[in-house]
Amino acid sequence: MSSSIPAAEILEYAEKGTSLWQDAWIRLRKNTLALFGLGVILTLCLIALMTPFIAPYGYEEQNLLLGAAPPSAEHWLGTDIFGRDMLTRIMYGSRVSLMVGFIATGVALAIGVLWGTIAGYAGGRVDAVMMRIVDILYALPFMIFIVLLMVVFGRNILLLFLAIGAVEWLTMARIVRGQVLSLRRQEFVEAAVSLGLSRWTIIRRHLIPNTLGPVIVYTTLTIPSVMLLEAFLSFLGLGIQPPQSSWGLLISYGVETMEEYPWLLLFPGLTLSITLFALNFLGDGLRDALDPKASRD
Amino acid sequence: MKLLKVDNLTTHFHTREGVVKAVDGISFSVNQGETLAIVGESGSGKSVACYSLLKLIPQPPGKIVAGSALFDGRDLLQADESTLQNIRGNDIAIIFQDPMTCLNPYLTVGEQLIEPLIYHHNISRKNAAVRATEILGEVGIVEPEKRMGSYPHEFSGGMRQRVMIAMALITEPKLLICDEPTTALDVTIQAQILNLVKALQIKRNIAVIFISHDLAVVAGVADNVAVMKDGLIVEQGPVDEIFYRGQHEYTKKLLAAIPEGAKPLSAQSPPMNTDKKSEHKPLLSISALKTHFHDYSGGWLKRNQKVIKAVDDVSLTIQQGEILGLVGESGSGKSTLGRSILQLVPITSGSVVFDGTELTRLSPTQMKPVRRRMQMIFQDPYSSLNPRMTVFDTLAEPLLYHRLATRKTVTAQVLALMDDVGLARAAIRKYPHEFSGGQRQRIAVGRAISTKPELVIADEPVSALDVTIQAQILDLILALVEKHDLTMLFISHDLSVVRYIADRIAVMHHGKLVETGITEPLFSAPKHDYTKKLLSAIPVADPVKERQRQVDLIQLGN
Repeated sequence: MSSSIPAAEILEYAEKGTSLWQDAWIRLRKNTLALFGLGVILTLCLIALMTPFIAPYGYEEQNLLLGAAPPSAEHWLGTDIFGRDMLTRIMYGSRVSLMVGFIATGVALAIGVLWGTIAGYAGGRVDAVMMRIVDILYALPFMIFIVLLMVVFGRNILLLFLAIGAVEWLTMARIVRGQVLSLRRQEFVEAAVSLGLSRWTIIRRHLIPNTLGPVIVYTTLTIPSVMLLEAFLSFLGLGIQPPQSSWGLLISYGVETMEEYPWLLLFPGLTLSITLFALNFLGDGLRDALDPKASRD
Repeated sequence: MKLLKVDNLTTHFHTREGVVKAVDGISFSVNQGETLAIVGESGSGKSVACYSLLKLIPQPPGKIVAGSALFDGRDLLQADESTLQNIRGNDIAIIFQDPMTCLNPYLTVGEQLIEPLIYHHNISRKNAAVRATEILGEVGIVEPEKRMGSYPHEFSGGMRQRVMIAMALITEPKLLICDEPTTALDVTIQAQILNLVKALQIKRNIAVIFISHDLAVVAGVADNVAVMKDGLIVEQGPVDEIFYRGQHEYTKKLLAAIPEGAKPLSAQSPPMNTDKKSEHKPLLSISALKTHFHDYSGGWLKRNQKVIKAVDDVSLTIQQGEILGLVGESGSGKSTLGRSILQLVPITSGSVVFDGTELTRLSPTQMKPVRRRMQMIFQDPYSSLNPRMTVFDTLAEPLLYHRLATRKTVTAQVLALMDDVGLARAAIRKYPHEFSGGQRQRIAVGRAISTKPELVIADEPVSALDVTIQAQILDLILALVEKHDLTMLFISHDLSVVRYIADRIAVMHHGKLVETGITEPLFSAPKHDYTKKLLSAIPVADPVKERQRQVDLIQLGN
């Protein structure tokens, strides 16, 4: 069995450097469903980027005479009560929604994973203090926190991302801490210490990669919930303002007129659902791809 | 009279990789009042065979393909679920390897004992409690009335296994299946449990199927032995036949793989390298080392916690080039001592001098270059390797981190390491889970020697491995010690393993060092009472000697 891989390939493999992510990519490429999810997400992002050039109408272009019209040849997804084209509004909305979804989740991910890993690995009093801070932030009413931020810094879309991210990281921190608490009792962490590796190296190379499974699953769940949170804030007038749009905002307006004009709810809702499915497929695929124990064939 | 007659039992597991023939057509029988030992390494199918009898295997993926198992005239394999349930509750009982996971931590022991009586025998709660108390006394639990109300965690490992035996026997079964009942126990406790099983068997005249990987354990308890390998019984017969006149290659291999210490004394090979290294200077010296832990179970705000003295005033020196065996039972503090030397746990007081450097006063930064020179091999090769790092990553990490290799040379060095520890080069990009336990331990050994250390602390490196693999890893370690001129502290609970590998032995008990000495003199003439007790408890892979010992023990008891 010693020669099933030629020496040259071993050398090349080692020189290129091996990383979990390269291996993960090789495995992900074999997972059709995950690739499909990735494709959908990328397409959505592309459309969002290109919206100003490809949108059929302007996002505030009204046609009051038309009013709320069902889907037709001119307006594929119908129009809202002001006669604005829904397709255009969903396309413009995706810019805000995807940005909120990814940036806020990214913020939550970065803070949460770091905070949780450090707390879990340090243990003892450091852990106790760090987790009490998390508890206190949990207890703080979310709305008051956001309103305070808005009052102090003024309304700003970037601030909105940060504010949502700053709230969502709490759960992430708890999940990661729990993982790390059980990981750090494993002997491979002790082995890393006795090899003389620095704490940061241990956290980066030995702890974080092993927490990825639950983190990825939770991340794919966070993205849609963040998008809805943005809708809620916008609805209260704390987020983006009409005539700008986001999926969440379109959905909440759609709910109000659900009985008269169902397409106003149907299409934004469908878009969000598709995104959510795609994210879940991708997330599951990533989790499996990042777990070497999953079958590699 | 044949109590159980198994014929052509075949159990297959349907997995993604194909059909695994876990049990591939085996036949055996057990008479009333007899003990059949099924011996084999992990994966040989010995447990699956017994669990198949009671349909305790997960189905699917498992499937009993063929065979019959006549128990008391009924075929177990054809029996319906309610009949089986009845048989499981009344006639056949099982004792498992790990008593902690088999007892419900939220119920008192008494409650768990009387449960089967109430449900299977319709005995009133009061009578059941009386019966349970009796049987607890019978398995050697002191003050059984009081202990009825205790929870599983309040018992020690050995006591818990006694409770498990009581639970197994309370319904008066005709057949008792013991699945590695002593593997998780210390050697002195193991001897007690084995004697208990034997005594209860004679008293109640029940049949016992004793599953074990350890031939030495089996020698004392079995009437008949069946040797299993890859789902087949390769040889079976009376215990003396198997031990003294084993025919099959695999039986011989198993017997040959038993570490020296567990072999009969007459066959003892001359002690190895006892005197050749005595002129060297000490590489490591520990004096008055104390490592105490605080028990924070009362909450960390309370200041009056209980102090656990894991290592209590230990002084020890290790000479350059020697292998010092550190033995003791679980909880004796031997692992903590190893970790204290490496500064992996905060020590309470005392000094650790490594090659002239006092380690206890070093800062983490100052410690880093010293860490390179001292390495550790861990017990469990399943948790000591990062599951998300390939062999290459695992072995390259220390090399690159300590700048012992550059990006260019690292591959060649990793491959050289793999050759050193006997891993196929092609395995370089595999992940730990793709290896067997023995191969994983080879990776761990490779990691430990990668930094070219002078001192290696091996913490039970072979305890989690099968006996034939154990011998391979021990030989590998000996070869590497020789080749790289290593000094080693070899920690183990298994005296026979230590006897095989160590030049000198230190015995630990309750955090204190009770005796140190050159291996062979210590084994032949132990001075301390605890050492004597420990040595007399080692099972010997010789049925005649074991039987004689049991007679001695009984006479001693009377």
